[in-house]
Amino acid sequence: METLFFLIITLVAIISAILVVTCKNPINSALSLIMTFFCLATYYVMLDAPFMAAVQVMVYAGAIMVLMVFTIMLLNIRVDSSKKHSHKLVLGSIIGFFTLVNTLFILFKSKAAMPNGPYSGEVIKKLGHTELVGKEIFTNFLLPFEITSILLLVAIVGAVILAKKKI
Amino acid sequence: MENLNSYLVVSAILFAIGTIGVLTRKNAIVVFMCIELMLNAVNLTFVAFSRHLGNLDGQVFVFFIMTVAAAEAAVGLALIIAFFNNKESIDVEDVNLMKW
Repeated sequence: METLFFLIITLVAIISAILVVTCKNPINSALSLIMTFFCLATYYVMLDAPFMAAVQVMVYAGAIMVLMVFTIMLLNIRVDSSKKHSHKLVLGSIIGFFTLVNTLFILFKSKAAMPNGPYSGEVIKKLGHTELVGKEIFTNFLLPFEITSILLLVAIVGAVILAKKKI
Repeated sequence: MENLNSYLVVSAILFAIGTIGVLTRKNAIVVFMCIELMLNAVNLTFVAFSRHLGNLDGQVFVFFIMTVAAAEAAVGLALIIAFFNNKESIDVEDVNLMKW
C-alpha cells in the first residue's frame, strides 16, 4: 500500500517537474512547481520528518512561490514566444541526461559509509521530530543559525537597494 | 517506507530535470524556478540520508538550505526586476553586456 502511494506521488512529482520545464507560460510553470513542492512535502512525511514537511509547505510553497508569482504578474510577461534554438535544447538535454546517468551510477556503486546515529524511527516517534530538530539547531548548530540571521539581513538590504528606481 | 534507493532515484531524476530546464529555457524566471527544483532535489537527498543513517544533521542542513533559497529568491527576483526595468525583457540571452 505504501509502495503504491510512493509510486503515485513519484509519478505526480516527475510529471509536474517536467511541466515546470516545458510550459510556455511562466504562471503554469510556477503552479507545477508548487505541485512538485507538495509532493516533496509528502516524501518528508513518509520519511518521518513532519517538521520539514511543514517548513517546506510554508516557506517554499507559501513564501517563495508567492514571491515568484507576484514577480511574474508584476512584470506582466507574455507567453514565451521567442523560438528556441534547437542546438541549445539538444545540448542541454544531453548534459542533463549525463547528469542523471552520472548521479545514478554514483548512487548504485557507492555505499553510505557512516555509523548509524541515535535517531532511529522509534526515537523520533517517541520524542517528537520538531523537538529533536530544535535541539540540534540550538545546541550543535547554534553558530550557523545565528549567521543565518545575518544572511537574511543582507538579503533584505540587497533586495531593497536593488528595487529602487535608480541603481 | 524505508527504502533509501527509491528516494535517491527520485531525487536524481528531479535534479536532472532541473538541470535541463536551467540549460534550455530562456525566460529568467523559469530558469530561477528550475534552480529551486534542483535545490529541492538535493533537500530530498539530505532528508532521505538523514532518516537512513539516524542522524538529524541532514535535516538541519535542509533548514539552512531553505534559508539560503529564500534569500536567493528575494535578491534574484529584485535583480530580475531591475533588469526588466532597464531592458524591457527577461530573456537570459539579452544579458550580454559583458559577453566577449
